Amino acid sequence: MGQLIKWIDARFPFSKFIKDELTDYPTPRNLSYWWNFGFLAGFVLMLQIISGIFLAMHYKADVALAFDSIEHIMREVNYGWLIRYLHSTGASAFFAVIYIHMARTLYYGSYRAPRELMWWTGQGLLLLLMATAFMGYLLPWGQMSYWGAQVITSLFGATPFIGEQVVIWLRGDFTVGDATLTRFFVLHYLFPFLIVGAVIIHLVALHFVKSSNPSGINLADKDNIPFHPYFTIKDLYGLGIFLIIFCYFVFFQPETFIEAANNIPANPMQTPEHIVPEWYFLPFYAILRSIPDLLGGVVGMLLSVLIFAVMPYLDRSGIPGGARNRPWYRIMFYVFIVDVLVLGYVGAQASSDLMLIIGRVATLIYFLAFCLLPFISRKEEQWLRKRGLPVEIEELLRYESQQQEKKDDV
Amino acid sequence: MSDDVIKSEPEDCGRRKFLEKATGAVAGAGIAAASWPFISSMNPSTDILAKAESQVELDGIVPGEMQTVEWQGKPVFILRRTEEQIAKMSDSNGSSKDPEPDEQRVQQSEWLVVIGLCTHLGCVPNRTADGWFCPCHGSVYDNSGRILKGPAPRNLDLPPYEFIAENKILIRKA
Repeated sequence: MGQLIKWIDARFPFSKFIKDELTDYPTPRNLSYWWNFGFLAGFVLMLQIISGIFLAMHYKADVALAFDSIEHIMREVNYGWLIRYLHSTGASAFFAVIYIHMARTLYYGSYRAPRELMWWTGQGLLLLLMATAFMGYLLPWGQMSYWGAQVITSLFGATPFIGEQVVIWLRGDFTVGDATLTRFFVLHYLFPFLIVGAVIIHLVALHFVKSSNPSGINLADKDNIPFHPYFTIKDLYGLGIFLIIFCYFVFFQPETFIEAANNIPANPMQTPEHIVPEWYFLPFYAILRSIPDLLGGVVGMLLSVLIFAVMPYLDRSGIPGGARNRPWYRIMFYVFIVDVLVLGYVGAQASSDLMLIIGRVATLIYFLAFCLLPFISRKEEQWLRKRGLPVEIEELLRYESQQQEKKDDV
Repeated sequence: MSDDVIKSEPEDCGRRKFLEKATGAVAGAGIAAASWPFISSMNPSTDILAKAESQVELDGIVPGEMQTVEWQGKPVFILRRTEEQIAKMSDSNGSSKDPEPDEQRVQQSEWLVVIGLCTHLGCVPNRTADGWFCPCHGSVYDNSGRILKGPAPRNLDLPPYEFIAENKILIRKA
């Protein structure tokens, strides 16, 4: 084995890569468990791809066969029930992990320079994930699958001038039908591999700028420790905890994430009483519904996802790091989290006057949080500086301005 | 690297090596266990296994007549042989390529049950007066399904079957 590796190393930087990027890779010694979630996301991606490929060996993407092929998988394919539940639970697990990962990034300011590209590749990954999940949800061809796809593809009709043609082009038919199902299956199979590519770019960026850390201050080189064994074991431990929760749902409560209405084959002639998207789309669905105009609602929903991209520029504070050293930002963060939860709740309810008001207020708060950030962050910096900054922050700011002067001199 | 991160050789190499091997073994067992459902899912599903056995009614086949039935997706030739045909087949062992006495190829000498796929490359041979002829590469079989001439290496294969009644056979799973 050693000889084989030596042979490869003479021709390909195998051992060097493992050493520089995995085992000896310098990682801040103070990373908390909030830093486990990127690894968990990668794990769930792998799980979804493997379970998806094995499901695809038995699934039939045809409106006459799709629903029954899933029953075939559940009842007749060896361990088909397990692979199906891994995949359906995995989709929810993926979003849970990603949302926590995003929350960590927002709280600790990991989106700020020099990590803007990481944040944007992450943004791209979120969009790819949402598209993949949406298309995957049509495949069982249940009532909720069909009507959810019907509603969301209709939204594209808001496109000015060519709206109707866009919708028909998207569906390949005048309504969601066999053409739609076939193309959604193909694209659902393709997108995860685009996600893999984007993850690689995301990781290349990470290894260039290195991880942020809970203190928000760039640690000195001496305060980094090798990734192996400290963070390999920490990631494995976190994986173990994650798998316990995940397996609880897969084996004991797998139907939690499957809408009851989806156990009924799609009926284009009748809409279920209560159309509701999967939980991970609920906040955006609530924003869509709170804006009374069709185009306005679609734009609002798109904006609610895309607005994250400008965070590095909305945050005008000169104080490095995240919420730990910035009490006003911390409050904004918690308000935002609660607001997203409220929006999620509203998204699941049937439209009513009360829900409409709550939804609109919550939508307003959502966008206000972003819009007010430039002003609040600047005011907060002034206030913090007057109070006196923690010693480490002062030192860091002094060090960074020295670095900047040196650069300017050169 | 920090000074207080120790990367020296431990005093007790044996203990560490034991732990490494034990962890590796458990991890390996875990990966095998986790892989099994996926590998197993590629095996035939229960609905296919249910069709793995075929029951055939032998009533209605007159002496000299051959019928083709399906078993596990493959054709099976059922030939009801006349006295003349039985006598002729018992006389020889087929050809030198795959000699086999006729008695070993039948359970009741009146009924020949063979898989209807040429042992060369899997084409379905056509019925002739004296046996079968494979149109793909010209293999010739006798009325005991034995290879006489042509590129096929073996006599026609025998499926696992039994008589479950006077005039009924069950072709089982392999």
